Amino acid sequence: MTYLFETDEHQTLRAQARRFAEAEIAPHAHAWDEAGLFPRALYGAMAGAGLLALGYPESVGGAGDIGHMLVAAEELLLAGKSVGTCVGLGSHAIALPPIIKLGTDAQRERFVRPVLRGEKIAALAITEPGAGSDVAGVATRAVREGDRYVVDGAKTFITSGYRADIVTTVVRTGEGHGGLTLLVVERGTPGFEATRKLDKMGWWASDTAELSFDACRVPVENRVGAEGAGFVAIMMNFVTERLMLAGQCVATAELAHRESVAYAKERRAFGKTLSGFQVTRHKLADMSCRIAAARALVGEGVMRFLRGDASPALAAKVKNTATDMCTYVCDQAVQIHGGYGYMREYVVERLYRDARLYPIGGGTREIMLELIAKAEGY
Amino acid sequence: MKILVPIKRVADPDNANKVKVSADGTQVTTEGLEWKMNPFDEWALEAALRLTEDGAAKSRVGEVVLVSVGPKEAVATVREGLAKGAERGVIVEGNDNDLDSNVIAAALAAVAKKESPDLIVMGKQTVDGDSNVAGTVLADKLGWPIINYAMRIETSDDGKTFAIKRDLDVGVASVKVTGPVVITVSDSILHPESVKNGVTPADFKYPEAEGGRYASLKGIMQAKKKPIAEQTLSGLGVDAKRTVTYKKFELPPARSGQTTFVESVEELVEKLRTEAKVL
Repeated sequence: MTYLFETDEHQTLRAQARRFAEAEIAPHAHAWDEAGLFPRALYGAMAGAGLLALGYPESVGGAGDIGHMLVAAEELLLAGKSVGTCVGLGSHAIALPPIIKLGTDAQRERFVRPVLRGEKIAALAITEPGAGSDVAGVATRAVREGDRYVVDGAKTFITSGYRADIVTTVVRTGEGHGGLTLLVVERGTPGFEATRKLDKMGWWASDTAELSFDACRVPVENRVGAEGAGFVAIMMNFVTERLMLAGQCVATAELAHRESVAYAKERRAFGKTLSGFQVTRHKLADMSCRIAAARALVGEGVMRFLRGDASPALAAKVKNTATDMCTYVCDQAVQIHGGYGYMREYVVERLYRDARLYPIGGGTREIMLELIAKAEGY
Repeated sequence: MKILVPIKRVADPDNANKVKVSADGTQVTTEGLEWKMNPFDEWALEAALRLTEDGAAKSRVGEVVLVSVGPKEAVATVREGLAKGAERGVIVEGNDNDLDSNVIAAALAAVAKKESPDLIVMGKQTVDGDSNVAGTVLADKLGWPIINYAMRIETSDDGKTFAIKRDLDVGVASVKVTGPVVITVSDSILHPESVKNGVTPADFKYPEAEGGRYASLKGIMQAKKKPIAEQTLSGLGVDAKRTVTYKKFELPPARSGQTTFVESVEELVEKLRTEAKVL
């Protein structure tokens, strides 16, 4: 099943993404996950295939909208079978929009275009060891000294942070929500270091880092937007990020479902295939229903976003619906696979671990509920 | 330079297990199949696009016309080719069951006579019929030379003569030919430096991509506006009939999926002979 908003154009785009993922990702999916990294050259290959700059304005070398980005991401995941690789390849989708929206032409030229050409890697750094959901609790400090900001602090759980060339970093320049500012910190800046590549439960093929800033001197021309504009920039980002994460959940669940159907039709027990048992068929049907429901809501979120009326609360509803669905479907997929579902060589084992991130990353399930409760006036 | 590239939509070879045969065994049923451009035609399209562009500047310097003989639904396949860079398309409507290489070649010849291209570049075969004759029959009907299995094409300064290397089982054959000519290509034509057209800088290397270039979203959007002419076999004055008729189709026997472990080469040979009966 595809999204209701899709046209022939999206179908052709899917075919390109599928071809790319089948050739460039699928043969290495397991190995890259085990190695904890995919080759840097993949960014360039993806740009060459016209898939890296989807959803970005033409003015920075992009094409299409969030719907195109979403279906291409789904196809990359379905055909490539590596959630970690896909999220690593997509980390710029949260790092670049603030620069595009609030940055200067010079910043767009320096930071955005090289990333969309696949030459540089971009990451977004908000979370800190002591501040996750509580964005206003960010403690990494930036003090202006002449034409530099001196940054001190640490960031953690940063997707693609270990080898990022540019990191869109949230720093504190004043008090409260209005005291947050965005700085682009470039790799090689003295005092900036990716201190640790973190070991995770899932998403193995994507690197996740701990970053440290020790009297790191960042040029003032790397400030994105005005001082104090950071909080609003992050909030603007969250709607698209959550729709994209929800889309990843749909794709992950769809893949888990496909793997389960194939396994159930092949695996024999008690003299017939697993799919010969009503209990298995019903499990699969149930998974299929939930995927369809989440897909419908993600599609609605995308369509409303394109119409200009996707509220943060709607994005929160979309994300929670999709993450809950994905958690359920991946769990059932492992169950259908039995002992093999618990083995690392099976795709569903990996998906089960990958799926656990979604109710946490990009805003926890609980924060989403809080957003919804506030918007609904409970 | 103007190049005609015949393309065909075929059942996706990666979903070959969905292919079914009608109950009476007279035809392959197409319900539920997923379609894609014949992979051999993708190579031909890539070669044709390289011949008609400045690869470094990413600008077009010639014209590629796609032609597909088949059902109306083949328009999606033609659009994909347009999205990759071809200028326009022609669809000659025909029912797959009424077509064979002879009819296809006659239809292509009729289109070629109207279009007068400098070259026809095509796949050496399609992955569904696997007949491997349409290109040769087409050249015969047009009275043009045929160069099969091209792995490297170099255009001369006048743009009319081509130095071509042919990919043969026994080695590589080098030929020189003056157009118009029909060329079929091998997969080696996708090599980063396999096509030299005198416009793209000689040291330019195309990226390695199995199946040739990808269609960008921009290309996909532009393709919607590119013209696709609709023709019919009768409108083109084609009265060729099938020369090949299929008597019966049957699916290969299902594989048992059984695995047998053997201790020695001798035992393996023995089992291949007596149990699998393949030696």
